[in-house]
Amino acid sequence: MSGFRQARWNEPLVFERSKIGTIAYSLPAVEKEVQKALPKPIESIPPTLRRQTPPELPELSEPEVLQHFVRLSQMNYCVDLGLYPLGSCTMKYNPPINERIVQNPYFSWLHPQQDESEIQGILQILYELKQWLAEITGMNQISLQPAAGAHGEFAGALIIRAYHAENDELATRREIIVPDSAHGTNPASAAMAGFNVVVVPSNNDGQVDLQALQSAVSKRTAGLMLTNPNTLGLFEQKIESISEIIHDVGGLLYYDGANLNANLGRVRPGDMGFDIVHLNLHKTFATPHGGGGPGAGPIGVKGALSPFLPTPLVSFDGTKYYLDKERPKSIGRVHGYLGNVLVLLKSYAYILHMGSLGLKAAAEHAVLNANYIMKCLEGVGGYSIPFAPDTWRMHEIVISAKPLLRDTGISARDVAKALLDRGLHAPTFYFPAIVEEALMIEPTETFSKEELDRFIEALREIAEQAYDNPDLVSRSPQHTAASRLDEVRAAHPRTMALSWRMYQKRSKSQSTTQA
Amino acid sequence: MPAFRHPFLPNAGEQQKAILAKLGITSVEALFKDIPSKFRFKGKMKIPEGLSEIEVRRHIEMLLEKNSTPYLSTSFLGGGVWPHMVPEVVHSVTSRTEFYTAYTPYQAEISQGMLQALFEYQSLIAELVDLPVVNASMYDWASALGEAALMTSRLTKRSTFLIPEFIAPNRKAVLATYTAPANVSIQRVPSNPVQGKLDLERLKEMMSSEIAGVYLENPAYLGYLEPDVDAIAEIVHDAGALLVVGVDPISLGIIRPPGDYDADVVIGEGQPLGNGVNFGGSLLGIFACKDDRRILRQMPGRLIGLTTTTEGERRGFVMTLQAREQHIRRERATSNICSNQALCAVAAAAYLCTLGPTGLRRLGEQIMQLRHYMERQMSKLDGVLAPRFQATHFKEFVFSLEDRKERRLSILALMKKISQEKIFGGIPLNLEFPKLGESALVCVTELHTKRDIDKYTASIQQALEVE
Repeated sequence: MSGFRQARWNEPLVFERSKIGTIAYSLPAVEKEVQKALPKPIESIPPTLRRQTPPELPELSEPEVLQHFVRLSQMNYCVDLGLYPLGSCTMKYNPPINERIVQNPYFSWLHPQQDESEIQGILQILYELKQWLAEITGMNQISLQPAAGAHGEFAGALIIRAYHAENDELATRREIIVPDSAHGTNPASAAMAGFNVVVVPSNNDGQVDLQALQSAVSKRTAGLMLTNPNTLGLFEQKIESISEIIHDVGGLLYYDGANLNANLGRVRPGDMGFDIVHLNLHKTFATPHGGGGPGAGPIGVKGALSPFLPTPLVSFDGTKYYLDKERPKSIGRVHGYLGNVLVLLKSYAYILHMGSLGLKAAAEHAVLNANYIMKCLEGVGGYSIPFAPDTWRMHEIVISAKPLLRDTGISARDVAKALLDRGLHAPTFYFPAIVEEALMIEPTETFSKEELDRFIEALREIAEQAYDNPDLVSRSPQHTAASRLDEVRAAHPRTMALSWRMYQKRSKSQSTTQA
Repeated sequence: MPAFRHPFLPNAGEQQKAILAKLGITSVEALFKDIPSKFRFKGKMKIPEGLSEIEVRRHIEMLLEKNSTPYLSTSFLGGGVWPHMVPEVVHSVTSRTEFYTAYTPYQAEISQGMLQALFEYQSLIAELVDLPVVNASMYDWASALGEAALMTSRLTKRSTFLIPEFIAPNRKAVLATYTAPANVSIQRVPSNPVQGKLDLERLKEMMSSEIAGVYLENPAYLGYLEPDVDAIAEIVHDAGALLVVGVDPISLGIIRPPGDYDADVVIGEGQPLGNGVNFGGSLLGIFACKDDRRILRQMPGRLIGLTTTTEGERRGFVMTLQAREQHIRRERATSNICSNQALCAVAAAAYLCTLGPTGLRRLGEQIMQLRHYMERQMSKLDGVLAPRFQATHFKEFVFSLEDRKERRLSILALMKKISQEKIFGGIPLNLEFPKLGESALVCVTELHTKRDIDKYTASIQQALEVE
């Protein structure tokens, strides 16, 4: 066993630590003359708008606030601790220098509505980042505005919509096609942009079934959303035929950039026939994911589609950088300002740090790591590697714990939880749905062979344990801050608590019922 | 293999050889053979050569220093992202690598810290807005508005959404982008030209069985408070529509929370709660609703719930009600949102714990005092109408240049002129709202002092006199 023990602080909710009269705030004094001008500010508020009872926020001292959150942080796994092999999430190293860079006051105090002459530095950075991302993806024009990958997909789907509307075909082109192995955001984004979703199956090699695709397309087809390599980690070799099938019926080809990492410097979506791409900077371009966000989801398009990109567009007229707002065909704004610029700036630093050779090397190391894991797991009892047995994977691999479930009753979920007990994050599980008991593993270039060996050894050990003593595995995790949690209770109308306030109310009504 | 080495790549040299040996290949090229050769990128990408850490830093510092940065005390720019203090303790919390280098807490048992912090964020905002259900964040206020409009349309099966006449143009633009594909039409409710508040008579006339929801902001985009909230809520609900209210959360230590006047959905911009200005690029979309199953089922975004371990012995936190979300429901999800602004939400949680109820009230009072002082000083200037609207304001107000024959200076020129003294004077409104004439929106926060305000008014006065 690993000896791993995550902190278990039994940390109360911050509300339960509150002690009336304690303060952690520190406010500047207001000059007498200013105070005298309005001695009782609350009385200047119309009575219908005064807050009568103060919000029930906790009262703590500053050291207690910090202690609380530091304790919470110790009950959280992160990529700086070790392998975080969430497939399709590309959890790579987040260079600390980038965190330092964004604290520069020339950035942190900059307001988005300053005059363009005052923000030339940041606009230059954003403009150059656009140029680099266009070069990396083989696209002509980029918008940095979407705040996350799914936000980029939404913008991309709106561009598909705008393109067909421009051609007076929107009334018939109602369908967006997605493979059955697509990320869940693809159909959701297509639906938000007003399209119907048509799903095409994968063939036995785990690739888009060309015959199925051929029979799915028609004059109703607006576009196809695809990720390449796909979610099995396989490169869609028939990409040229796929592109032809879609373009022949007048549809557009959309590239989901979640799996771009393997392609850096090797193959570009633009060259493969894609018309629109989105990128996930918090994946491929090394920005931290912040426990769920902020991310950044720039989109790129081929030249003919650039009039539709979100407005405004960071542009350069040869002497100065500016925000192009004269974009009558644009889909409009998707963000209040220019997107998650804090994240964009970190990716700018990352690309500068890696350079073209570094990015290409990162892709190679990531692919080596994924295939190393696959090779080491071949023949390990309990797991199988479905689809395309003799084919190298790209950025990720998908294994199945189906044999283990059949033989021992131990599921992919159990394996995932047992990994947590060994101080390793679990892979993405039960996705893609075309693999039963799926464990989707993306090691990225960040982790050493030693860390990969630790992971492989853990998977092997868990399988052995499953055959010897399945109860031990099914009880895991035991060494994390919490053991398995009751998800039914969390979602049940009688016990559901989405806030401290709801929790107190539900507990009260329950105790009344019991009494 | 090329002997390329980089500080971020651990498997150089011996380790890489061992990996290649295990794979039974001599070169990494073998792994890429599935890429059709006609698509292989053969050249070298036209991006810079890699730099060292110090060069990266130096280069970016050089570029950033081309910006003219509002030193905190001389910027009066707000309008949706505002300069406020970020207590150092908040920065310490969000700088914890355990928080910022984590992914979405998909594996709850090993991610309790983030889950509890986000649950606390939801709980703290619930207290602030006086509604029990809060999601774990949206991208920003603008996208939260778009999602709220769509949600009211799904809930009522109606397709018109009403917004106030004076709304931030960028917010309105995002709303239009979100609602267009769902064929939800947006109509504006006129405002009282003197007080700014919604015209209740016109609102009544506009209400019909077509109206899905009505949106109001408190404080409004132009800084004034909307006093007729109870009457508005009644008009909206009588017509079977939903009331959506947008807030600046930092005002809610002293301003009545929308839950208290029966708002069904509350949205807002959480950036003032412990997040920097950052060129408008680390925002926090607040999204809250009533504890009503029908509404809850239509809510977009992630929700963290409090539960127990399966043995029932200990408390714990999980992502819940995921059947609304894209990874389960796919094309029938309530929204496609996946990544959100989680770390900004953690900052907001730490911020609200730092301020507490007293701090937030005192902060609100102090901001109102400073704003009032500035209004008063500005109103003394010849040729300036301040505040433009006869109403109580929170931290922002509009001032106008009086329409005089001899005046030549436009609001834009005036702002440009005082910017030479490093004063970032406000957001000109002449393009956004021509009917307001030569006007600007100015923002005052706790970061301003009497000296800053006096300097500002003196500069305006001087600029107008020199004219």
